[in-house]
Amino acid sequence: MRIPCPLCGDRDRREYYFGGAALTRPAADADAQAWDDYIHNRDNPAGVSREFWQHEGGCGAWLVVTRDTVSHAVIAVARTKEAQA
Amino acid sequence: MTVSAPFSALRILKEGLTGNTGWTRHWRDPAPKAAYDAIVIGGGGHGLATAYYLAKNHGLTNVAVLEKGHLGSGNIGRNTTIVRANYFLPGNSEFYSHSLKLWEGMEADLNYNVMHSQRGLINLFHSDGQRDAFVRRGNAMINQGDDAILLDRDGVRAILPYLDFDNTRFPIFGGLLHPRGGTARHDAVAWGYARGADRRGVDLIQNCEVTGIDIADGRVTGVQTTRGAIAAPKVAIVVAGRSSQVAAMAGLRLPIESHVLQAFVTEGLKPVINHVISFGMGHFYISQSDKGGLVFGGDIDFYPSYASRGNLPMIEHVMEAGMTLMPMIGRARVLRSWGGIMDMSPDGSPIIDKSPIDGLFLNCGWNYGGFKAVPASGYCLAHLMATGQPHPVAAGFRLDRFATGRGIIDEEGTGSQHNLH
Repeated sequence: MRIPCPLCGDRDRREYYFGGAALTRPAADADAQAWDDYIHNRDNPAGVSREFWQHEGGCGAWLVVTRDTVSHAVIAVARTKEAQA
Repeated sequence: MTVSAPFSALRILKEGLTGNTGWTRHWRDPAPKAAYDAIVIGGGGHGLATAYYLAKNHGLTNVAVLEKGHLGSGNIGRNTTIVRANYFLPGNSEFYSHSLKLWEGMEADLNYNVMHSQRGLINLFHSDGQRDAFVRRGNAMINQGDDAILLDRDGVRAILPYLDFDNTRFPIFGGLLHPRGGTARHDAVAWGYARGADRRGVDLIQNCEVTGIDIADGRVTGVQTTRGAIAAPKVAIVVAGRSSQVAAMAGLRLPIESHVLQAFVTEGLKPVINHVISFGMGHFYISQSDKGGLVFGGDIDFYPSYASRGNLPMIEHVMEAGMTLMPMIGRARVLRSWGGIMDMSPDGSPIIDKSPIDGLFLNCGWNYGGFKAVPASGYCLAHLMATGQPHPVAAGFRLDRFATGRGIIDEEGTGSQHNLH
């Protein structure tokens, strides 16, 4: 699997660190259920998934990668700031 | 259609002398009925064992196992066949101990040859710190009533002379020998439980994909399938690898991520590796099948995947680790590699529990350790479904341990979080 980094270009999967499903962090005063959903429970889709990856062995940027978990095709990559804007 | 008569040495002899014409199918191929007392979704090792023990231990025979493809077509046939009870933490320790005892009686119980071979399992250690950890683990295993023997470097050399003892980067300090550990013929376990369940009246329904779970007033009432609606007051989801998708049919969101775990087999060789061996300084474990192939595996690929095939970086790691530990295998040619889809839970331990929906049970999160768990998993889920109470050895495998933080079973000590196991 190769992931195109918006800053560095197309790079091998080994340069990246998988950071988990791209979920929105609950507010500090959110209830326990919201935190359980955020920390433990997952949609775990067989298909298109949004995930955090860090280009650890490259520029160090955190990215939001839209990826197909069945085919491993990378559909879209954006820097976290842009993805969350 | 005749159902297979009991197997025996005498019968093999008789069939051998009469052209092997008397062998029949091992189980029936029934059409689904409109209703059952219980439904098990998933005809893999765990599902078939559940159905078997529902019938055998609890007299529940009006049971259906629904399988999307054919029986045993998933992870039960995709693993590295290792059977062991060398767990450390309470919660796991008593469960896998119970499982190993069931393994030891399985062939007589099922009247089926699963080629269970207790050839001994050796976990190697390569530093003082690792030795301390394995001494502690060995003591925990002995306290549980299982067996563990600490080997020093010479002790390992005496039984595994072919390891690279001259490696200066990862010196072998010794190993923890678990004599009752070993391997089994993985497909045969599924077939044996299938035949045993079928003979007790369980309907094994293949090519029957569950497409919906019927719920009324917070209670499960049955399932929708590609072969019609089937009613039942009790339904168990036993579909490791696809647990999230099936649970979603009931509106549940599980603490599970699916990852691919790879395994490899070489061409058949003369007997050379007589134990199960694991390397302590890289993810690599190996045994030799009775057919002669070296069967070995590594770690998960560490990102969610439903592709039942491997990725090259992990293949490279496994090969490097293997060559570091036992350079003699370098000339063996790898015949094939494959991947199985694992249910990874946050703490690396499984879930056998009721779901928030009455009558709907969960058996999932087997991570990379589901094969050796097959008998006890079925045994304990059957107990839970029949009695409504968790079996004592599986009482720790609760769904709510993540939400509450109580009773986390983090065997690797890395933290209870996805991405760490």
